[in-house]
Amino acid sequence: MAKITYIEHDGTEHVVEAENGLTVMEAAIRNMVPGIDADCGGACACATCHVYVDEAWTARTGERASMEDSMLDFATDVQDNSRLSCQIKISDALDGLVVRLPEEQG
Amino acid sequence: MGDQAGVVIVGAGQAGLSAAAELRKRKYEGPVTLIGDEPALPYQRPPLSKAYLSGEMALERLWLKPEAWFAKADVSLRKNTRIKAIDRSASAVLTDDGSRIAYDHLILATGGQARRLPLPGADLPGVYVLRNLAEADQLSEHMSRLKHLVIVGAGYIGLEVAASARKRGIDVTVIEAAERPMARTASPLLGGWFGAIHRGYGVDVRVSSCVDSITGGDFATGVRLTDGKTIEADAVLIAAGLELETSLAEAAGLTVDDGICVDGQARTGDPNIYAAGDAARFYSKRYDRHLRLESVQNAIEQGKAAAQSILGIEAEYDPVPWFWSDQYELKLQIAGLIEGADTMIRRGDPEEGCFSLFHLREGRLVACEAVNCGPEYMAAQRMIAAGATPDPERLRDLSVAMRDFLS
Repeated sequence: MAKITYIEHDGTEHVVEAENGLTVMEAAIRNMVPGIDADCGGACACATCHVYVDEAWTARTGERASMEDSMLDFATDVQDNSRLSCQIKISDALDGLVVRLPEEQG
Repeated sequence: MGDQAGVVIVGAGQAGLSAAAELRKRKYEGPVTLIGDEPALPYQRPPLSKAYLSGEMALERLWLKPEAWFAKADVSLRKNTRIKAIDRSASAVLTDDGSRIAYDHLILATGGQARRLPLPGADLPGVYVLRNLAEADQLSEHMSRLKHLVIVGAGYIGLEVAASARKRGIDVTVIEAAERPMARTASPLLGGWFGAIHRGYGVDVRVSSCVDSITGGDFATGVRLTDGKTIEADAVLIAAGLELETSLAEAAGLTVDDGICVDGQARTGDPNIYAAGDAARFYSKRYDRHLRLESVQNAIEQGKAAAQSILGIEAEYDPVPWFWSDQYELKLQIAGLIEGADTMIRRGDPEEGCFSLFHLREGRLVACEAVNCGPEYMAAQRMIAAGATPDPERLRDLSVAMRDFLS
């Protein structure tokens, strides 16, 4: 289990307890966090689950894979800490993870 | 808004759920009733032929919303409920157990069923179709002890199941009547290339072949082709597309022509009835013709459009269509529609498993088929929406970054 904090663009925080093995996107859907649409259901095909990983966590969430990287390359408001949340798998190592949601997904 | 009966949505798939969620997101205050004929929570269909079927994805990961969402959002989900008629004069739908559900606004998101072919032997045990969760579970259960599966139809579902079955170590034969796979939706080059990929993974892909009958006495034992050849198998999957559920709309006197006809606001001819998703056919200004799209994007966005219409929001639904398919380690992403294109530009080398096909019409980009090529696909989406007329030589040139086409 990992505690994950999602912060909406307007500052609203959602703290959820997420099961290992799910993705950060799936934990948001299961816990009704608004702003993560994930139209394609996690197939890395749509870029509607974009999040910003808190700087303190970017090393632990790892690098973008190449398909994810190229999807993000053309998403809106991309930053160095942008990730597709369907591509971040939850484990004990991510207990305490903080991600922020972009304005467009508000 | 003073609505008493609220919005009733027939069909609890992706389009119906999307409409319900959009109504609540935009603060609709009347009752919302979502009616589905399946026993499960609303779920994602795409994995049914991919990760769910290959055993890599657990059931609860299919749910579009957790069960608690329906109470929280105050959306009344009525599972296992089949609607048999629409009584337009009384603004109500009738369930097959005889009860009436009144509506102020009705959204038809009825989708359809997998098409079954009228072949001798088609109703034998061991013959499957794949559209809904129960059908996926039946096929998957049998796949756990299958040696050889015959798939009739080399469209997306047929080929995705072929890939999932190979992952589970099953021998697969695919029978396709057209001269190449994915003939209805993909370009000839792409369809032929996917056929070769499947052969490389050991699938026996037979194009220009027609099935005459399904063989077997108590149980399907294979298929007989029209040329007289027989292929033995333990199970047969009919993957022959979708049979639309438009009979409710038709019986209610709504216009139906390869789908329930709606405008760009998802409105039918009845001001209180809307339609969205696989079964809805809408007029697209972008393409200057009627379109009916069977895709996740269409289900989500047209569902939202129906909800917005009800709320009086004037937005035109006229998307750049997009689709994807996962087969083996390949991700195919398609933006736009190929129909009507006159020129194809290839970018990248199919031999390397990463390439894109750009389709132009009178110089204008209308579609892009990208295999393992995210930048090409993402850039093409925007270029098509903007009506871009890219230089073919530069499109072909891998040293020109896709980003450069967007400025």
